[in-house]
Amino acid sequence: MTADILIQVLVSGLLIGLIYALVAVGLTLIFGVMDIVNFAHGEFLMLGMYASFWAFAIFAIDPIVALPLTALLLFAVGVIVYQTVIRRILKAPMLSQIFATFGLMILLRGLAQFFWKPDHRLIPHSLVSGNIALGSVQFGLPQFVAALGAVGVTGALWMFLHRTRLGTALEATAIDREAATLMGIDGQKMFALAWGIGAACAGLAGGLIATFFPIFPEVGSNFILIAFVVVVLGGFGSVTGAFLAGIIVGLIEVLGGFLIGPEYKTAIVLSLLLIVLLVRPRGLLGKA
Amino acid sequence: MTTATILSRKGVGTIALLALAALLPLAVTEPSQQNFLILILMGAQMGVAWNIVGGYAGQVSLGHAVFYGIGAYTSTMLLLTLGLTPWIGALAGGLVAAAFALAMGWPCFRLKGHYFAMATIAVAEIMQILVTNSDALEGAVGLYLPMDQSGWGVLIFLSKLPYYYVILGLLVLTVLVSWAIERSHIGYYFRAIKDEPEAARALGVSLTRYKLIALTVSAFLTAMGGSFYAQKEMFIDPGSVFATTISIKIALIAILGGVGRLTGPVLGAVILITIEEYSRTLFGSTGSGTDMIIYAAMIILVAVFSPSGVLGLLGDLHRHLGRHLPGAKPAGGETSAKEIRP
Amino acid sequence: MNTAPLLAVDGLGKAFDGLIANRDISFIVHHGEIIGLIGPNGAGKTTLFNCLAGFHTPTSGRIAFEGQDITGSTPEAAAALGIARTFQIVRVFQSMTARENVMVGAMLRNKRVAEARERAEAELDFVGLSHRADTPASDLTVSEQKRLEVARALATEPKLILLDEVMAGLNPTEVREASALVHRIHQRGIASIIVEHVMEGIMPIAHRMLVLDYGAKIADGTPAQIAENPAVIAAYLGE
Repeated sequence: MTADILIQVLVSGLLIGLIYALVAVGLTLIFGVMDIVNFAHGEFLMLGMYASFWAFAIFAIDPIVALPLTALLLFAVGVIVYQTVIRRILKAPMLSQIFATFGLMILLRGLAQFFWKPDHRLIPHSLVSGNIALGSVQFGLPQFVAALGAVGVTGALWMFLHRTRLGTALEATAIDREAATLMGIDGQKMFALAWGIGAACAGLAGGLIATFFPIFPEVGSNFILIAFVVVVLGGFGSVTGAFLAGIIVGLIEVLGGFLIGPEYKTAIVLSLLLIVLLVRPRGLLGKA
Repeated sequence: MTTATILSRKGVGTIALLALAALLPLAVTEPSQQNFLILILMGAQMGVAWNIVGGYAGQVSLGHAVFYGIGAYTSTMLLLTLGLTPWIGALAGGLVAAAFALAMGWPCFRLKGHYFAMATIAVAEIMQILVTNSDALEGAVGLYLPMDQSGWGVLIFLSKLPYYYVILGLLVLTVLVSWAIERSHIGYYFRAIKDEPEAARALGVSLTRYKLIALTVSAFLTAMGGSFYAQKEMFIDPGSVFATTISIKIALIAILGGVGRLTGPVLGAVILITIEEYSRTLFGSTGSGTDMIIYAAMIILVAVFSPSGVLGLLGDLHRHLGRHLPGAKPAGGETSAKEIRP
Repeated sequence: MNTAPLLAVDGLGKAFDGLIANRDISFIVHHGEIIGLIGPNGAGKTTLFNCLAGFHTPTSGRIAFEGQDITGSTPEAAAALGIARTFQIVRVFQSMTARENVMVGAMLRNKRVAEARERAEAELDFVGLSHRADTPASDLTVSEQKRLEVARALATEPKLILLDEVMAGLNPTEVREASALVHRIHQRGIASIIVEHVMEGIMPIAHRMLVLDYGAKIADGTPAQIAENPAVIAAYLGE
């Protein structure tokens, strides 16, 4: 293996890893704040992609331009999901919690299929297209822009969590819910906020990849398991951990696929999940 | 006295139900309708098997397709390569699945709750990928059972009726195993582990040992269901037996009917398979998403409003009515053992 | 007959991530003795219980039960040897009836359901809960749930029972009943270590009191001796 190929592989891994990170930060935020695994998280990404698609198909708005709208829309979806379903299962047995979000996952897929057909769709002419060549290393401009966007959004989220009052309260709730409640933070409000932000992050990831990834009702399934791995590796509830872990998972996936075979890349990532769960369940940066 | 009456009433009810199930195909002669009944029994069998580990012991597996697939592939490969009868093949599949359950449960049971559920999904997904890429198992192409043979020896039939009785027998076996566990100390230990694992340990219950028992027995029975699937469909591929959607369906049947109750999954299968089949015929074939929407709406409603499933809902109703009926007695003694909330 | 003391704890220490919860604790419990274990909040009483019952592995020191080293054994092994416990925050099996809760305990010695049921009836009677046998454990009052935990622990046929604040939150009548219950446990030849804040419940019945403060044992003696011990008085006043 020459150095050029290695660099090419690493760059691809990095680019996709940053997207994984963005999908996972929302998931980890929700889990950290309320100990609920959101199986429907991939569907938030799917909705983000469709939002971009329809903005493009109906209003001819480019996915990149439509990003703020996508974020707002998905924030609303997240809050609505929380208020209608999640709020009612906060104290329910774990089985009910798993199945509530699992049901949401299937419901959103079903609705997408019903209204938008199971076809694969593409956004043909985005503002960003074509390839960039840096020496011998080549990568797509859409992928590059998406990765850049992912860094921007994750960075903005980090700033929000660490530099604003509301964000600090949310972060505090994610780190130690009981302590946060004792400090007078309104749990319900934080929960709703976590769902809104979590969904918005996934939606933004969807909007960012809509320029180069096929759009179909089941697209979320490609991302949800990987997002789980990222969340576990990064440590449940840790945004910084998820960001780092996203990059690591992206690199391992692409590198592993390259070395062992692309058909095994998901298996490799999932094996990583098992290894992390067994060896260091709290993840890289997670609370004990 | 009361206990004896209830028991005998239960016994009579069970025998009546079995007789009804045995005679049902005499009334339902249309092959497609017989097929529908077979699907319900298959679903019920999976659900009852899952319930042992997911319901009684409270260890939520979302990867049971791995056992289903192992069962289907083991019996089919033994039939194709050695010509071994599926009667033995299904047992072999059960044993392989049980061994796999032991190997997987040993590390995975160190994880609790959501973590365990996620690990089981991962195991099943990895297995699906491995089988899809295995040349020895024909990979994504799948395996066809021999079309040129039929009869009880190879468990391949041209009509639906024999399949109906085979799966009915397997369901009865699965229910019997589940019933025996529920009534023995193992059943009590499972429920103790589910309710308060630390307290169970303080009473001398080894969590690992009993969780492994639950998973292993459940895996064995699930694998037998997988073998039956292969015999009935005469074709298997990774997507039809190892897919996570199968795992979900298995768990859903149990949760819909009522987890931790003997008859819950049977009821769940009747409801779920009926909805699945009818939404398919009513709203056209798959792809419209309607079946998924109905399916999902039911999951969410059950999860939000009735964590103990439809059976729990009926139980609440019964208690509610019972309170207002003259001469009604509060449930107690043997019956209370069945009134399990998850 | 075994001449070793029932329980011998020697230099026991337990630290969590550098935070010391127990340090150099040594004491002996004889067969059938009633030991009161007191100390201010955070003195390490529950940690000590968790070490004795196998829920924590001590960082240092030894625990011997009937002369056998059980340091770092598992809870289920401790239970099998004859150490039973209750929990500070009750942990009854919510989905089971009171009787079934106790049956789970009885199954440690006898796996037959019918015999476990008989045993459970006897223990429920012993703690005065016979009339609640068919009640779901979740419907019992907290005081009843605490007694249920005692019955469940006794059903394992222990030689030593660790009672963690069984009198907390009880009214004076209930405290007297609980004291009487501990005394009847003693009459069955079962030793008990009782963590308790309710002094009027524990002082009259304990044969000996152990006092912990900041994780260390600061006193060990009869209730009368303890009541006059300056170190104990200082620890409590200093709280």
